[in-house]
Parts: sequence; structure tokens; C-alpha cells
Amino acid sequence: MDHVIAARAQMGTSLAFHIVFACLGVGLPLLVVAAEAMWLRTHRRAYYDLARTWSKGMAILFAVGAVSGTVLSFELGLLWPVFMRYAGGIIGLPFSLEGFAFFIEAIFIGLYLYGWDRLSPRAHWLTGIPVVISGALSAGFVTTANAWMNMPTGFRIVNGQVTDVNPIAAMFSPPWLVEVTHTTIAAYVLTGFGAAAVCAFALLRRSADDRREQVRAGLTIGMIVATVAIPLQWIAGDVIARFDADHEPAKFASLEAIFHSERHAPVTVGGIVGSDGVRYGIVIPGALSILVAGNPDAEVPGLDRVARNDRPPVAAVHYSFDTMVGSASLLLLVAIVWLVAALRRRELARWLLIGIAICGPVSVAAVEAGWFVTEFGRQPWIARGLLRTTDAVTIAPGLDVQFYGFSLVYVVLAAACWWLLRRVGTKPRGGERRSLSAHQSDTVSATTYPSSPA
Amino acid sequence: MTALEVDAGITLVALTLYVVFGGADFGGGVWDLLASGPRRDAQRDLISNAIGPVWESNHVWLIFAWVALFTCFPLAYADIATYLNAPLTIALLGIVLRGAAFVFRNYTSDNVALARTWTVVFGASSLLAPFFLGDAVGALATGRYAWTSPFALSVGLFDVALCAQVAAVFLVRESADPALRDDFRRRALRATVAVWVIGVIPVLLARTAEPQFFAALTGSTARIAIALAMLLGIVVMVLIARHRDTLARIAAGAEVVAVLGGWFGAQAPQLVPGRYTLASAAAAPAMLEAFAVAAACGAVLLIPSMLYLFAVFKGPGRVPEGET
Ligand code: HDD
Ligand code: HEM
Ligand code: HEM
Repeated sequence: MDHVIAARAQMGTSLAFHIVFACLGVGLPLLVVAAEAMWLRTHRRAYYDLARTWSKGMAILFAVGAVSGTVLSFELGLLWPVFMRYAGGIIGLPFSLEGFAFFIEAIFIGLYLYGWDRLSPRAHWLTGIPVVISGALSAGFVTTANAWMNMPTGFRIVNGQVTDVNPIAAMFSPPWLVEVTHTTIAAYVLTGFGAAAVCAFALLRRSADDRREQVRAGLTIGMIVATVAIPLQWIAGDVIARFDADHEPAKFASLEAIFHSERHAPVTVGGIVGSDGVRYGIVIPGALSILVAGNPDAEVPGLDRVARNDRPPVAAVHYSFDTMVGSASLLLLVAIVWLVAALRRRELARWLLIGIAICGPVSVAAVEAGWFVTEFGRQPWIARGLLRTTDAVTIAPGLDVQFYGFSLVYVVLAAACWWLLRRVGTKPRGGERRSLSAHQSDTVSATTYPSSPA
Repeated sequence: MTALEVDAGITLVALTLYVVFGGADFGGGVWDLLASGPRRDAQRDLISNAIGPVWESNHVWLIFAWVALFTCFPLAYADIATYLNAPLTIALLGIVLRGAAFVFRNYTSDNVALARTWTVVFGASSLLAPFFLGDAVGALATGRYAWTSPFALSVGLFDVALCAQVAAVFLVRESADPALRDDFRRRALRATVAVWVIGVIPVLLARTAEPQFFAALTGSTARIAIALAMLLGIVVMVLIARHRDTLARIAAGAEVVAVLGGWFGAQAPQLVPGRYTLASAAAAPAMLEAFAVAAACGAVLLIPSMLYLFAVFKGPGRVPEGET
């Protein structure tokens, strides 16, 4: 395998793997804390069981998120040392702050997961709050680093040397706010639909008939989060697309597959992307000019304005963008239908449960596709205008072996995780943290329901 | 004090805390692998319970040290990441498998075959990670990135022994069961002897193979630190034998600090001997200052949170002191 390709494949695989766990690491604490709050208010056993089931899942997911994130922080240097040589001293600040967010998150997740029987119910609930906050912050910090890669700021290059470094300006590069907003909401979209989908699936399969109330509560909490998040995500998506139109023309032209600058620019959905245009796509004439400038006569600059060797891989960016927006449309539709049904207090129909179950994988697809838009759309640059990806790669040998090795590890981790989560979810006491021996009194015991909550 | 010195200090503190606490978690994995005798399962439970609530936050020290290195010393970082790519990648593999296998094992304990598989992965990766992290540090000290040299490998071995020692000392106080305590008391004593013996190997190897590093190691600062580390090893043994378990914990921690102090004392102000000093590898002053400020603000949140975590899960009163 080509050296640079191996490095890119490894980075991409690691990130694509991590982002799922990262999003759940942001979103799940919110769901768990919400379920526990409901228990504290209503004293209904179903909410308690729900919170405990979810928190077991959170323990597994968080561990995989932490180790896969560690891989990434190492890979930044192990694969892209030339990049980090420049970037480390400019954009290190958000990574450092992220480190503190990780600390707070890891500390309080330890307290939360192991504190069920050690802390008073209220104190226990309170230890969940810092997890919610620091999860969102850690995602926000790392995304500012990605925003900087899209538009590097906060320094000057004089005679090939970096000078006038301003870490604050680097952290708050122009895209930071739009990107952080869109990414953070994405985490709640993914987790909300993901949790609801698991519950919908259980109701469909009737695999949890002894715990219907618990599963229904889980579905409702997940769908509330998702239904709040998905319209906001459309707005944030519109804002980020406009930002790209103004500031990242090569990316924008690629995601809309605009090869030639034109007035009355169309929106093209799907199609086959060739080297000079799109064939067989669904074309909505003039729509893009209206979206971008509110005026069908407005000119949209195309890839012809970008030097050939500065163009991103158009097909990959365009298809990814279509996947994200297509997924977003389905998610929005299902959220609206669910909202109507829920407001009418109807029993959820089977077809709606199927729709919700499908939204789980679809929301993951939306997040992955969105990142592919960002990452492929930035190519051939690792930091746009500053350093090319091909110039940033390490000279260390054996990257292909590393790529295969880590890919294998991810497959094993994903499979093990899947298997464990199913057990945690399907058996009432499944996956309980049980001691290996009999005479250890200190283990987290099976469901010890507190006699008096609050 | 300059921002450069502050940042170097913060990086070193993070690394030290990782070696003490993260190292103890790896050492726990080593003892898990070596669990034996009539109380084998109880030993494993003890290790699981001791590591469970804290390993993720202990692990963050490594991430923090790594991030501090690229933020404050990007030139040395790029150099290290390039030339120590292989040992760091293997260590990384160990870190990933350790964390995942530990959690997977805990949640599969009612499926014997699977639990056994993850237990083996947990133990083996707990050897792999500290060995290659230690090896990378040894390779760094050579200034040639000679990670396959006997010297670097012996540092890796030493690191494994050190982790096992600290873990055993820490584990004694985790149980209320006197028999279990004695299991780890014996292990702590043996491991401390092992650290003493294995610790001599890199020094002897350095004498012939790494004359420059050896000279630095026998220089004034490093010499004192190493003598102190050796002395503290004896103190640990005495305290453990006399059932002064809390003091033994402190002494073991201090011993690790002294070991790292010896290494750093021998190397400073070189970061990569012969290639980069702290100053020549440093980021721009604005970044060095920003990092110091960020770290100060972060510490205000971090320190009380961490103390609370340890108070809840490791605090006094959990296990009666000196009970036999
Ligand atoms: C739940 C997931 C999700 C959903 C429903 C959407 N997005 Fe998205 N999108 C993401 C998840 C995401 C993401 C994974 O979070 C990205 C990657 C980088 C980023 O900032 O957010 C992203 C990136 C991203 C980008 C590239 C930004 C850049 O690199 O500069 C654009 C233009 C859009 N989105 C636009 C949209 C539009 C117009 C949407 C609605 C129709 C939409 N997204 C829905
Ligand atoms: C977590 C969601 C993310 C996903 C799914 C993702 C995906 C990818 C993919 C597919 C590539 C390979 C692109 C190519 O070479 O054509 C890549 C490269 C890269 N990404 Fe991301 N990315 C994510 C987030 C981030 C973030 C937050 C950062 C920075 C902090 C980042 C830094 C990088 C770097 C340094 C490269 C290698 C250089 C390059 O190919 O441009 N990524 N990513
Ligand atoms: C936009 C993409 C990313 C998002 C939203 C994100 C978010 C998160 C979140 C919320 C967590 C904690 C939750 C969990 O462990 O499940 C986490 C863990 C982690 N992430 Fe990411 N991350 C992203 C990309 C990256 C990148 C590019 C790096 C490397 C530089 C990275 C490094 C880490 C590390 C080291 C951890 C482990 C922290 C711990 O031990 O607690 N992440 N990430």
C-alpha cells in the first residue's frame, strides 16, 4: 500500500471509529442524567432501571471511546509529525484544554458508574452533571482544532518560519463557532436517535416484554432529545454551508459538485460525478444560487476557479454531502411524525417503531458522512493553504502493517462492544458486574434498589 | 521562573503522575495475569475493584503529557514521534487492549470462557504497554533512538517491574481480608527486591554502551536522586513488612518520583540528547505562556475533583488500617 494512502486510511479509520463513541460520550450522559432525574422526581422503578441499564452501556462505550481517542492523539504525531511540528505550537491550546475536560469527565464518570451504591441518590445524580458538561466541552475543543485545519489563523509565516503565534486567535479561527455548534448538535442527534432506535427495536422484537415501561421511557427520552436537536441541526447545517460558500469555495464547489462557475447554479442530488461534470443527477435549476445568495441570478464559483492540483476528490465529497442531507431529511421526517403521534398520546404504530429503529444507523451515517465532507473537502491540504497532506506524512516505515493491525483491533472492539451491549440491554441483569469469587463483598452488586430515593 | 521552565515542570509532573498511578494500573494487570493460589479469583476481584473507578482518569495523565509535549515542545515531539514510531505504536496497542479488555472482562464475568480470554488479553497488554513505554524512554536517553538496544530494552523491563511493585504496594490496603492482604504483602516484598535487582541492569549496560548517559547519570543531581530511589525501596520493604501500609504507599510513590528525577536530572536540559534541548525544541513564547495559564486554570478544577474521587473510592475508613 502506498505510504501516504496507508497513513490517510489509518487516520480516517481511527477517526471514523472514534467519532461514534465520542458522540455517545457527549450524548449518553445527558440521557442517563435525565432518566435518573425522572426517577428522583417520580420514584418510579422503571426510570431507575433505565438509568442503570444505560449507565452500564455508558461504562462500556466510554472505555472504548477513551482508548480510541488515545490512539488518535498518538496518531497525530505518529502519522503526521511534519504537521504537528508546525501545528502543535500553534493549535496546542484547545488540545490542552481538552485534556482537562477529559480529566473532569473521567473522574466524574468513575464516581457516577461506581457510586450508585456509595453516594446518596441526589449526590449521585449531581456527579452526572460534570460528565454532561465536560463531554460537550471536550468535543467542542477538539473541533476548534479541526476548524483551524480548515482555516489556519493565529500566526504568520516569514521566510518559511512561523512567527507571531497567537494561540487564542488560532483556537478561535473563523469556522470555529459554526463547526463546534454543528458537531455538538450532531452528538445529541446521534445519541437521541440511537437510544430511541435500540428501544424501538426491543419493542418490535418483544424482547423486553417484562420491562415495557422501562423501554418505553427510554424511547421517549431519546426521541425528545432527537426531536429538539434535529431541526436545530438543519439550521446549523445551513449556516455552515453558507460559511463554506463564502470562505471555503473549493470545498463548497465539491460538495455541490459545481464544476463550472455559473449563474442560475442548480442543486444537484446524486448522479455520477465525472472529471468535468455530473451526469444523471437530479437537478433543481437555480436552487443553489437562491440558497446561497437569495437570488437565482447570483453567480456561484465552481471548481474551474481552483487549480487542478488544489481540488478535493469531488465525487467523495459530493456523495458524502448527499448522504448527510438525505439522512437529515429522513431523521427530520421521523421526528415530526413521532412528535405528532406522541402529542396525540397514541400508542406508537409498528411502522413508526420500524422508522425509529432505522434512524439509529441513519444518524450514524449522517455523522460519518458529514466528517467525510469536511475531511475530503479539505484535501489536498492537511492545513488549508499551509501544508499539503502528502508533505505532512511521517518517514517511519511499516504504515501499512499498522493500518491492518489497528483495523483488526477496531473490528474486534466493535464486535465485542456490540455483543456486550446486547447482553446489557436484553437480559434484565445481563452483563452485571459480578465478582469472580464468592467471598468478595465489595463488588458492585446486582440491582440493589435503594429503599428510599431522594 | 520562565514559562519554559513552568511548562517543562508541568509536563514532567504529568508524566510522573502517570507512571505512579497509570503504572499502578498496569501493574494491577500484571498481578492479574500472575494471580495464583487458593485466592486466585479473589485477587482478581480485588484488582478489578481497585482499578475500576480510577483507571480512566489515571490514563488521562498520559494523554495530557503527550499533548503538553506537542504544545510546548513541538520540534522534539515531531522528532520523537518519527523515530520512536515503532515502540510507541506497540505501546499504544497495549494501552488500547488493556483498557478495552479490562472493561470487557468485568462485564463478561458470568461467561467463563470469554472472561478468561479477556483476562489473558488484559494481563498481556498490561505487560506490553509499560515495557514499550519504558523502552521508548530508554531509547530517548541514548540520543540515537536505539529502541532495540539492550539498554533501552532493559529500561522497559525495569518499568514493568516498577509498575508491578507500586501496584502490589497499593493493593495491600485495598482489601479487608487479611489473607488477601498477605498475598499482596508477599508480592510487594518480592517485587521491590526485583525492582532493586533489575534496576541495576540498565545502569550496568549504560556504563559500557551509553557512556554519555552514564556520565550524566553519575553526575551530581541524578546521583542523589538514584541513591534516594534505592533507599526508598528499602523503606518500602520495611514499611510493608511492618504493616504500615499507608506510609508504604507514600514511600512507593516517592520512589517512582526519585527514579524519574534521576532520569530527568541526567538528561536536563536536553530533551533529546544531542538533538534538542528544552529551549531549542520549544514553541513560541506566546504558546508557552498560554499553556501555563491554561494549566493553572485547569488545575483549579482538576485538583479538588481528583481528591474527591480518591476520597470516595480510596479514602481512609474504607478498609480499617492495620487490621490483621
Ligand atoms: C447528525 C448528524 C448531521 C446532520 C443531520 C447534518 N449534519 Fe452536516 N455535518 C455533521 C453532521 C450532521 C458533522 C459530522 O458533525 C459535520 C462534520 C464537521 C462538522 O462541523 O460537522 C458536518 C459537516 C457539514 C458540512 C461541512 C462543514 C465544513 O467542513 O466546513 C456542511 C456544509 C454541512 N454539514 C451541512 C449540513 C446540512 C446542510 C445539513 C442538513 C440538511 C446537515 N449538515 C445535517
Ligand atoms: C471524528 C470525526 C472525524 C472523522 C470521521 C474524520 C475523518 C477523516 C478522514 C476520512 C481522513 C482521511 C482524509 C483523506 O486523507 O482524504 C481524515 C484525515 C485527517 N483528520 Fe479527520 N476526521 C474527523 C475529525 C477530525 C478532527 C477533530 C481532527 C483534528 C483535530 C482531524 C484531523 C485529521 C488529520 C490530521 C488528518 C490527516 C490529514 C489529512 O488527510 O488531511 N480529524 N479524517
Ligand atoms: C470531532 C471529533 C471528535 C469528537 C466530537 C470527540 C469527542 C470526544 C469525547 C466526547 C470523548 C469522551 C467520551 C468517550 O470517551 O466516549 C473523547 C475521548 C477522547 N478523544 Fe475524542 N473527539 C473527537 C476527535 C478526537 C481527536 C481528533 C482526538 C485526538 C487528537 C481525540 C482524542 C481523544 C482522547 C485522547 C480521548 C480519551 C479521553 C479519556 O481518556 O477520557 N478525539 N472524544
